Amino acid sequence: MKFAVVVFPGSNCDHDAHYAAQHVLGQQAEYIWHKETSLKGADVVILPGGFAHGDYLRTGAIARFSPIMAQVQKFAASGGPVLGICNGFQVLLEAGLLPGAMLRNRSLKYQCEHVLIKVEQTDTPFTAACITGQVLRIPIAHGEGNYYAEPDVVARLERNRQVVFRYTNAGGVATDDANPNGSVANIAGLCSEQRNVVGLMPHPERACEMALGSADGLILFESVVKAVSEGAFSNPAKAVAVAR
Amino acid sequence: MRARVFVTLKPSVFDPQGKTVTDALHTLGYSAVKDVRQGKYFELEIEARRPEEARKLAAEAADKLLSNPVIESYRIEIADEVIA
Repeated sequence: MKFAVVVFPGSNCDHDAHYAAQHVLGQQAEYIWHKETSLKGADVVILPGGFAHGDYLRTGAIARFSPIMAQVQKFAASGGPVLGICNGFQVLLEAGLLPGAMLRNRSLKYQCEHVLIKVEQTDTPFTAACITGQVLRIPIAHGEGNYYAEPDVVARLERNRQVVFRYTNAGGVATDDANPNGSVANIAGLCSEQRNVVGLMPHPERACEMALGSADGLILFESVVKAVSEGAFSNPAKAVAVAR
Repeated sequence: MRARVFVTLKPSVFDPQGKTVTDALHTLGYSAVKDVRQGKYFELEIEARRPEEARKLAAEAADKLLSNPVIESYRIEIADEVIA
Protein backbone atom coordinates (compact mmCIF):
# COMPACT_ATOMS: atom_id res chain seq x y z
CA MET A 1 0.00 0.00 0.00
CA LYS A 2 1.02 3.58 -0.58
CA PHE A 3 1.47 6.52 1.80
CA ALA A 4 1.30 10.09 0.51
CA VAL A 5 3.30 12.54 2.63
CA VAL A 6 2.21 16.10 1.83
CA VAL A 7 5.07 18.60 1.84
CA PHE A 8 4.28 22.26 2.55
CA PRO A 9 6.95 24.96 2.46
CA GLY A 10 8.16 24.72 6.06
CA SER A 11 7.25 21.07 6.71
CA ASN A 12 10.13 19.49 8.64
CA CYS A 13 8.85 16.06 9.73
CA ASP A 14 8.00 14.91 6.21
CA HIS A 15 11.19 12.84 5.99
CA ASP A 16 10.52 11.20 9.37
CA ALA A 17 7.02 10.16 8.25
CA HIS A 18 8.32 8.95 4.88
CA TYR A 19 11.07 6.98 6.66
CA ALA A 20 8.60 5.36 9.05
CA ALA A 21 6.35 4.24 6.20
CA GLN A 22 9.01 3.15 3.73
CA HIS A 23 11.99 1.98 5.78
CA VAL A 24 10.48 0.86 9.07
CA LEU A 25 7.26 -0.62 7.66
CA GLY A 26 8.47 -1.47 4.14
CA GLN A 27 5.52 0.23 2.46
CA GLN A 28 5.51 2.54 -0.55
CA ALA A 29 5.71 6.23 0.28
CA GLU A 30 5.73 9.32 -1.89
CA TYR A 31 6.21 13.01 -1.15
CA ILE A 32 3.45 15.20 -2.58
CA TRP A 33 4.36 18.89 -2.96
CA HIS A 34 1.55 21.15 -1.73
CA LYS A 35 1.11 22.75 -5.19
CA GLU A 36 0.26 19.40 -6.74
CA THR A 37 -3.35 18.54 -7.47
CA SER A 38 -3.25 14.74 -7.23
CA LEU A 39 -2.59 12.33 -4.38
CA LYS A 40 -1.31 9.86 -6.98
CA GLY A 41 -3.38 6.88 -5.93
CA ALA A 42 -2.31 6.90 -2.26
CA ASP A 43 -4.13 4.71 0.27
CA VAL A 44 -3.14 6.88 3.24
CA VAL A 45 -2.44 10.61 3.47
CA ILE A 46 -0.11 12.10 6.09
CA LEU A 47 0.06 15.81 6.83
CA PRO A 48 3.42 16.03 8.60
CA GLY A 49 4.75 18.28 11.33
CA GLY A 50 6.69 21.48 10.83
CA PHE A 51 5.85 25.12 10.25
CA ALA A 52 3.83 25.18 7.03
CA HIS A 53 4.13 28.62 5.40
CA GLY A 54 6.12 29.75 8.45
CA ASP A 55 2.99 29.44 10.59
CA TYR A 56 2.27 33.02 9.50
CA LEU A 57 -1.07 34.44 10.63
CA ARG A 58 -1.99 31.29 12.59
CA THR A 59 -0.61 27.75 12.57
CA GLY A 60 -2.03 25.94 9.54
CA ALA A 61 -4.04 28.97 8.39
CA ILE A 62 -2.29 29.43 5.04
CA ALA A 63 -1.61 25.73 4.39
CA ARG A 64 -5.32 25.17 4.31
CA PHE A 65 -5.46 27.04 0.97
CA SER A 66 -2.68 24.99 -0.69
CA PRO A 67 -3.90 23.36 -3.94
CA ILE A 68 -3.39 19.80 -2.63
CA MET A 69 -5.81 20.44 0.24
CA ALA A 70 -8.82 20.22 -2.13
CA GLN A 71 -7.72 16.64 -2.89
CA VAL A 72 -7.14 15.90 0.79
CA GLN A 73 -10.68 17.16 1.53
CA LYS A 74 -12.08 14.93 -1.22
CA PHE A 75 -10.03 11.91 -0.06
CA ALA A 76 -11.22 12.44 3.54
CA ALA A 77 -14.86 12.85 2.44
CA SER A 78 -14.68 9.53 0.58
CA GLY A 79 -13.53 7.75 3.77
CA GLY A 80 -9.79 7.61 3.09
CA PRO A 81 -7.48 7.55 6.13
CA VAL A 82 -5.81 10.92 6.83
CA LEU A 83 -3.34 11.51 9.68
CA GLY A 84 -2.33 15.01 10.75
CA ILE A 85 0.70 15.11 13.02
CA CYS A 86 1.42 18.25 15.06
CA ASN A 87 1.41 21.03 12.42
CA GLY A 88 -0.58 18.62 10.24
CA PHE A 89 -3.20 18.44 13.04
CA GLN A 90 -3.25 22.26 13.13
CA VAL A 91 -3.84 22.27 9.34
CA LEU A 92 -6.75 19.81 9.76
CA LEU A 93 -8.30 22.13 12.37
CA GLU A 94 -7.95 25.22 10.18
CA ALA A 95 -9.32 23.30 7.19
CA GLY A 96 -12.37 22.30 9.23
CA LEU A 97 -11.66 18.58 8.83
CA LEU A 98 -11.54 18.36 12.63
CA PRO A 99 -13.28 20.71 15.10
CA GLY A 100 -11.61 23.18 17.47
CA ALA A 101 -8.47 25.32 17.41
CA MET A 102 -5.02 25.60 19.00
CA LEU A 103 -3.91 28.23 21.49
CA ARG A 104 -0.40 29.00 22.73
CA ASN A 105 0.79 26.46 25.32
CA ARG A 106 -0.20 27.64 28.78
CA SER A 107 3.52 27.70 29.68
CA LEU A 108 4.08 30.06 26.71
CA LYS A 109 7.09 27.85 25.96
CA TYR A 110 7.89 25.69 22.98
CA GLN A 111 7.82 22.25 24.59
CA CYS A 112 9.97 19.40 23.35
CA GLU A 113 9.77 16.28 25.51
CA HIS A 114 8.42 12.74 25.72
CA VAL A 115 4.86 12.56 27.03
CA LEU A 116 2.43 9.76 27.78
CA ILE A 117 -0.82 9.45 25.88
CA LYS A 118 -3.61 6.97 26.36
CA VAL A 119 -5.35 5.38 23.37
CA GLU A 120 -9.07 5.70 24.08
CA GLN A 121 -10.56 4.60 20.77
CA THR A 122 -9.46 1.71 18.59
CA ASP A 123 -12.04 2.00 15.80
CA THR A 124 -9.99 4.49 13.81
CA PRO A 125 -7.58 3.51 11.02
CA PHE A 126 -4.60 4.74 13.06
CA THR A 127 -5.42 2.90 16.30
CA ALA A 128 -6.87 -0.33 14.88
CA ALA A 129 -3.89 -2.37 16.18
CA CYS A 130 -3.98 -0.76 19.66
CA ILE A 131 -5.63 -1.97 22.83
CA THR A 132 -8.11 0.42 24.45
CA GLY A 133 -6.40 2.12 27.39
CA GLN A 134 -2.91 1.44 26.07
CA VAL A 135 -0.44 4.15 27.18
CA LEU A 136 2.13 5.24 24.59
CA ARG A 137 5.33 7.19 25.20
CA ILE A 138 5.71 9.63 22.31
CA PRO A 139 7.49 12.99 21.98
CA ILE A 140 5.81 16.35 21.55
CA ALA A 141 7.48 19.41 20.00
CA HIS A 142 5.20 22.43 19.77
CA GLY A 143 4.49 25.93 21.00
CA GLU A 144 0.80 25.94 20.09
CA GLY A 145 -0.71 22.64 21.11
CA ASN A 146 -3.16 23.90 23.69
CA TYR A 147 -6.33 22.42 22.21
CA TYR A 148 -9.46 24.50 22.61
CA ALA A 149 -13.09 24.04 21.68
CA GLU A 150 -16.30 25.47 23.15
CA PRO A 151 -17.74 23.33 25.98
CA ASP A 152 -20.65 22.11 23.81
CA VAL A 153 -18.18 20.99 21.13
CA VAL A 154 -16.07 19.13 23.71
CA ALA A 155 -19.23 17.47 25.04
CA ARG A 156 -20.13 16.38 21.51
CA LEU A 157 -16.60 15.00 20.96
CA GLU A 158 -16.87 12.97 24.17
CA ARG A 159 -20.37 11.74 23.31
CA ASN A 160 -19.27 10.63 19.82
CA ARG A 161 -16.08 9.02 21.21
CA GLN A 162 -13.95 11.29 19.01
CA VAL A 163 -11.23 11.85 21.62
CA VAL A 164 -8.72 9.25 20.44
CA PHE A 165 -5.68 10.22 22.52
CA ARG A 166 -5.47 11.90 25.93
CA TYR A 167 -2.43 13.08 27.93
CA THR A 168 -2.26 10.88 31.01
CA ASN A 169 0.13 9.61 33.66
CA ALA A 170 1.65 6.12 33.47
CA GLY A 171 -1.51 4.71 35.03
CA GLY A 172 -3.66 6.15 32.26
CA VAL A 173 -5.21 8.86 34.44
CA ALA A 174 -5.71 12.26 32.78
CA THR A 175 -4.24 14.46 35.53
CA ASP A 176 -3.35 18.15 35.19
CA ASP A 177 0.32 17.29 35.79
CA ALA A 178 0.23 14.98 32.77
CA ASN A 179 -1.14 17.75 30.55
CA PRO A 180 1.88 19.41 28.88
CA ASN A 181 0.14 22.35 27.23
CA GLY A 182 -3.20 23.09 28.90
CA SER A 183 -5.39 21.30 26.33
CA VAL A 184 -9.04 21.15 27.33
CA ALA A 185 -9.90 17.71 28.82
CA ASN A 186 -6.24 16.66 28.27
CA ILE A 187 -7.05 16.12 24.58
CA ALA A 188 -3.95 15.06 22.60
CA GLY A 189 -5.70 13.74 19.49
CA LEU A 190 -9.09 13.52 17.80
CA CYS A 191 -10.87 11.76 15.00
CA SER A 192 -13.60 12.97 12.65
CA GLU A 193 -17.21 11.83 12.99
CA GLN A 194 -16.56 9.39 10.14
CA ARG A 195 -13.48 8.32 12.18
CA ASN A 196 -11.13 8.20 9.17
CA VAL A 197 -9.45 11.57 9.81
CA VAL A 198 -7.16 11.58 12.86
CA GLY A 199 -5.03 14.43 14.22
CA LEU A 200 -2.66 14.47 17.18
CA MET A 201 -0.01 16.80 18.58
CA PRO A 202 2.56 14.14 19.63
CA HIS A 203 4.91 12.78 16.94
CA PRO A 204 4.48 9.01 16.43
CA GLU A 205 6.88 9.15 13.44
CA ARG A 206 9.64 10.24 15.83
CA ALA A 207 9.09 7.16 17.99
CA CYS A 208 9.27 4.31 15.50
CA GLU A 209 12.58 2.70 16.44
CA MET A 210 14.27 2.10 19.80
CA ALA A 211 17.25 4.16 18.55
CA LEU A 212 14.92 7.16 18.85
CA GLY A 213 14.21 6.46 22.51
CA SER A 214 10.80 4.88 21.97
CA ALA A 215 9.12 2.70 19.36
CA ASP A 216 5.62 3.27 20.74
CA GLY A 217 4.58 5.44 17.79
CA LEU A 218 5.01 2.64 15.29
CA ILE A 219 1.65 1.14 16.22
CA LEU A 220 -0.18 4.06 14.57
CA PHE A 221 1.46 3.22 11.24
CA GLU A 222 1.00 -0.54 11.77
CA SER A 223 -2.66 0.18 12.52
CA VAL A 224 -3.32 1.90 9.21
CA VAL A 225 -1.51 -0.84 7.27
CA LYS A 226 -3.76 -3.36 9.04
CA ALA A 227 -6.93 -1.29 8.53
CA VAL A 228 -6.30 -0.67 4.84
CA SER A 229 -5.17 -4.23 4.08
CA GLU A 230 -8.30 -5.55 5.77
CA GLY A 231 -10.34 -3.29 3.49
CA ALA A 232 -11.48 -0.95 6.22
CA PHE A 233 -11.39 2.79 5.52
CA SER A 234 -10.62 2.31 1.84
CA ASN A 235 -14.11 3.34 0.79
CA PRO A 236 -16.95 5.12 2.57
CA ALA A 237 -19.29 2.13 2.85
CA LYS A 238 -16.66 0.01 4.57
CA ALA A 239 -15.56 2.89 6.77
CA VAL A 240 -19.08 3.24 8.11
CA ALA A 241 -19.33 -0.51 8.70
CA VAL A 242 -16.17 -0.50 10.81
CA ALA A 243 -17.25 2.57 12.77
CA ARG A 244 -20.38 0.73 13.81
CA MET B 1 -9.45 53.30 1.46
CA ARG B 2 -7.83 51.91 4.55
CA ALA B 3 -9.51 49.30 6.74
CA ARG B 4 -8.13 48.50 10.15
CA VAL B 5 -8.93 45.03 11.44
CA PHE B 6 -8.39 44.19 15.13
CA VAL B 7 -8.44 40.48 15.93
CA THR B 8 -8.57 39.33 19.55
CA LEU B 9 -9.31 36.12 21.38
CA LYS B 10 -12.98 35.81 22.36
CA PRO B 11 -13.69 36.81 25.97
CA SER B 12 -14.43 33.15 26.82
CA VAL B 13 -10.97 32.02 25.62
CA PHE B 14 -8.04 32.17 28.04
CA ASP B 15 -5.22 34.35 26.70
CA PRO B 16 -1.92 33.11 28.19
CA GLN B 17 0.07 35.89 26.51
CA GLY B 18 -2.27 38.62 27.76
CA LYS B 19 -2.09 37.13 31.27
CA THR B 20 1.73 37.14 31.19
CA VAL B 21 1.78 40.79 30.03
CA THR B 22 -0.68 41.68 32.82
CA ASP B 23 1.60 40.01 35.37
CA ALA B 24 4.65 41.85 33.97
CA LEU B 25 2.85 45.20 34.22
CA HIS B 26 1.93 44.40 37.82
CA THR B 27 5.60 43.64 38.53
CA LEU B 28 6.42 47.11 37.14
CA GLY B 29 3.96 48.59 39.61
CA TYR B 30 1.03 49.23 37.26
CA SER B 31 -1.53 47.72 39.57
CA ALA B 32 -4.26 49.84 37.95
CA VAL B 33 -4.03 47.64 34.83
CA LYS B 34 -6.63 45.00 35.56
CA ASP B 35 -6.45 42.94 32.39
CA VAL B 36 -4.62 42.74 29.05
CA ARG B 37 -5.88 40.96 25.94
CA GLN B 38 -3.28 40.49 23.24
CA GLY B 39 -4.35 40.41 19.60
CA LYS B 40 -3.42 41.09 15.99
CA TYR B 41 -3.78 44.27 13.96
CA PHE B 42 -4.11 44.42 10.16
CA GLU B 43 -4.18 47.41 7.81
CA LEU B 44 -5.89 46.69 4.50
CA GLU B 45 -5.58 49.10 1.55
CA ILE B 46 -8.81 48.55 -0.33
CA GLU B 47 -9.99 49.90 -3.64
CA ALA B 48 -13.57 50.86 -2.92
CA ARG B 49 -15.90 53.74 -3.75
CA ARG B 50 -17.80 53.80 -0.50
CA PRO B 51 -16.79 53.03 3.10
CA GLU B 52 -19.57 50.39 3.37
CA GLU B 53 -18.07 48.60 0.40
CA ALA B 54 -14.62 48.55 2.04
CA ARG B 55 -16.11 47.44 5.33
CA LYS B 56 -17.98 44.56 3.67
CA LEU B 57 -14.82 43.37 1.94
CA ALA B 58 -12.73 43.66 5.12
CA ALA B 59 -15.35 41.66 7.03
CA GLU B 60 -15.22 38.91 4.41
CA ALA B 61 -11.41 38.82 4.66
CA ALA B 62 -11.63 38.67 8.44
CA ASP B 63 -14.22 35.86 8.35
CA LYS B 64 -12.37 33.76 5.80
CA LEU B 65 -8.73 34.31 6.71
CA LEU B 66 -7.67 36.96 9.21
CA SER B 67 -9.50 35.45 12.18
CA ASN B 68 -10.38 31.94 13.32
CA PRO B 69 -14.02 32.11 14.46
CA VAL B 70 -13.48 29.19 16.86
CA ILE B 71 -11.28 31.29 19.15
CA GLU B 72 -11.22 34.85 17.84
CA SER B 73 -13.47 37.81 17.17
CA TYR B 74 -12.69 40.99 15.25
CA ARG B 75 -13.54 44.67 14.96
CA ILE B 76 -13.20 46.81 11.83
CA GLU B 77 -12.54 50.53 11.43
CA ILE B 78 -12.61 52.26 8.05
CA ALA B 79 -10.10 55.15 8.15
CA ASP B 80 -11.95 57.48 5.75
CA GLU B 81 -15.16 56.87 7.61
CA VAL B 82 -13.55 58.10 10.83
CA ILE B 83 -12.24 61.28 9.16
CA ALA B 84 -15.56 62.03 7.42
